[in-house]
Order: sequence, then C-alpha cells, then structure tokens
Amino acid sequence: MQQQNIRDEEVELLLNDLIEIYGYDFTGYSGASIKRRISRLVLLDKFPSFAELRYRLISDKNYLARFIEEITVNVTEMFRDPSFYRTLREDVLPVLATHPFIRIWHAGCSTGEEVISMAILLQEANILHKSRLYATDINPLALQKARTGIYPLSLMKQFSENYIQSGGKKTFSDYYTAKYSLAKFDDSLKENITLSTHNLVSDWSFNEFQLIVCRNVLIYFNKELQDKALNLFDHSLERFGYLALGSKEQVKFSSIGHKYIQLNNKERIWKKIT
Amino acid sequence: MEENNMTAHYDLVLIGGSAGSIQIILKALQPLLPGNFAVVIVLHRKPSSDSTLIDIFGGKTALRVKEADEKERIQPATVYIAPADYHLLIEKDGSFSLDDSEKVNFSRPSIDITFESAAEVYGSAAVAILLSGASIDGIEGLQKIKTRGGLCIVQDPDTAEVDFLPRQALLSIRPDHIARPDEIGRILNGLNRKPA
Repeated sequence: MQQQNIRDEEVELLLNDLIEIYGYDFTGYSGASIKRRISRLVLLDKFPSFAELRYRLISDKNYLARFIEEITVNVTEMFRDPSFYRTLREDVLPVLATHPFIRIWHAGCSTGEEVISMAILLQEANILHKSRLYATDINPLALQKARTGIYPLSLMKQFSENYIQSGGKKTFSDYYTAKYSLAKFDDSLKENITLSTHNLVSDWSFNEFQLIVCRNVLIYFNKELQDKALNLFDHSLERFGYLALGSKEQVKFSSIGHKYIQLNNKERIWKKIT
Repeated sequence: MEENNMTAHYDLVLIGGSAGSIQIILKALQPLLPGNFAVVIVLHRKPSSDSTLIDIFGGKTALRVKEADEKERIQPATVYIAPADYHLLIEKDGSFSLDDSEKVNFSRPSIDITFESAAEVYGSAAVAILLSGASIDGIEGLQKIKTRGGLCIVQDPDTAEVDFLPRQALLSIRPDHIARPDEIGRILNGLNRKPA
C-alpha cells in the first residue's frame, strides 16, 4: 500500500480542526503514528488528497466517528499475552477476592475482547457476581461492537489457544454459541460490564478501583500525555490497587513511578504502595 | 555519487530482513566499530524469542545491543532491535514509538513502516540495508530512503538464503551497493565520520 505524502503542517491543521470543531484533542499523540494513520485513511477511504479528507471531516460531522475509529488502533484479542492473564489469575485475583466488592476499569477497551477475558477469569475464580467492570474507549463504534459480544468464529482458535496458555482449565467453546460464522459470548459474562465512552485526554476520574487495565494505549501518547494518563489512573486507584499496562509500557520513569512496585520482572503489572 | 558519499554523513543504519537474515546480520555487525551512527534492526520472526536475539547479537559486536524501548532517544554506537509484534516508528525528535496496529505485508514489525518513518526524519543521513527474505516487505521503505537521499544497500541475491526479497528490490531500485555479507560491515565502517 503506497502511503500518501502528508506534511507535518497538514497534520497540525487537521488536529486543530478537530479541537475547534469537535473538541477532540489528538495533539498529545505520538506524531509518527498519527501521521501514518491519517495517510492510511486517505488511502482507505479513497480521498484524492489530504485536502479532501480535511474538507470531509470539517463539513460532515457523521464522518467523525469513522475518523476516530480509523485513527485509533483497535487491534486486540482475547487473553492477549497469555502469561499476563496467568499472572492475573494466580497473583492478582486471589487478593481481589478478599474484597466485598470489586471494581475494575478497562481503559481503552476497544472492541471488548480483553474485558470478556477478564469476566471469564472472574467467573472461574467465582467472584464475577461481586465484580463490576467499567470498560471505556474513545471510539463509540468499537464500543458498539463490544456491546454485542459477538466476534468472528474464525478468531476462536487463537482465542482458545491463548485461554489454555493463560491457565484456563475449561472448554473454551462453552463460553460462546456459534452461529454461521459468528461466536456470541454468554450474556452472563456481560451482566456486570458497563461500557461507556471516555477520553483519557479530556475526561477525568469517575470512580475508585482495585484494578485498572490499560494495555497498548499509552504507546500512542507522547510523554506528557502518558504522564497525564498515569496520574489519572493513580487518582482512580485505591491504595494497594493494581495497575496493568501493555507489554512494552512502563510506570517506572513517570511522575507516579515512586508509588508503585512491579509484581514480577516479566509482567507489566504494578501495585500501588502509598 | 562517489563525491557525494565522501562528504555525506550518516546517523542511522537500518537493517531489514526475514528468513535467513540472522547469520548475515551477525557477519555485518562483527567488524563494526563503535562510531557515529546507531543501528536499527527490523527482523521478521515469531514472537517470544526476543531475549535470545539480543543475546545472539550482543555477544558478537563491540556496540551496545538492546531492544528499542518506546520513547527512547536513539543514541550512536548502539544496536536497537525492533520488538516482536509491534511496529517501530521514529519520531521527529529522534525517539522511538511503538505501534501495535494491523500487520503490514503480513508482518509486525514491518520493515516498510520503520524505513519510511526513518526516511522522513533522517533523510540523507539514513542508510538502509535489505537482506534475505521471502516477502516484499521493505521494498517501499527502501524506495522512500532512496527518494530522500539516503544510502541504499541490497544483499547480493546470489548470496541470500531466500533471494526473493533482494531480487524483487533490485527490480525497482538501483541501490548504491549490492553487497555480499562479508562486505556489509566494511561498507558501514567506511561511513563513519572522520574527525574534521
């Protein structure tokens, strides 16, 4: 796919339009990545040039949702990085289980695969009934998909392998009903999940949690915005609560780093100690 | 061309390859002297073998070898390895960004993505090397390096374990060098800036 050449000034113009017209601020996102996503969208939606994309975005507010969907990255899978889920299962859930009521926030949940994975873990630990999972994303179209709990059947092989590697002992296909080319996950998994839009750039804390999961979101932010988001998480996390990030993301060098200890060397899960 | 190379200086060397590239990279890194440029390696591979890759290269070169961390500033005389399952991009300020978006040319990391973003930032101060491989990933990126005035090297297909990638590259690009594995390190050492 031949990428269009878009200049940095053009990206800046577009990002300013978004702030002024729609109140979405992407200026704290990593420049190289957002530029690539915009170039990709020009190609994907067959705009003759960058100018046409910009005009469409300014003049057609219905196109905004499409823009947000394609500019943000929505690549995810169930039990992604199985060893991460194994650590949650073995080291984090037993501690959460001691609470009378468990609140978990999935920030940047995209189409919901990791939230359902968490619900499965909680159910297997017999604590789903006393848990509430708040799953948020900036992208309303991704949340719509998450709301259905329906995924392509073709993905189940990979999800099932991940599940087994994460320490799952049951038959993974018991969790969904297959129909034609789709797999619909059991409604009992979704009962305690609340989905809503939330923008880590502009929205603030809305509850206090024992576990916050935000994986592969911070990599798209520049250092300042990363720090802002981490502070938001810190404000939203109970003392001795857990913060779980993506496999290349880090708390250590941020302004909240001194308040957290990593559970083990391998997994990106931290415990808040003060 | 020759004159150009005499005065040019290079800050970043990019190496991209897939099947059959590890031995070639070892050969290229072995004679390398710590100099002015950093090296970034984008290698197609199965996830999970990352620490081994750092061990393999680390024991064989005088340069520091590490995985590219997100937001890390690129330092000279260091070999950075693109982590498995992420695309590696380079920001205007000379730092790395990671990106877990869709695969490109069935690959993540994609050589094209890293080469293209390096071409934008480094322009004529970039060197890009395409090695043995079985896909076309890297060819568009190499073209971008060329367009921006960077130095292009393609492994001599006759010496490649899988010659598809270098042969395809040579159909669309005239590189500055078509190099045998034992020549790559020597060419790179020759690019180190002489003290003024």
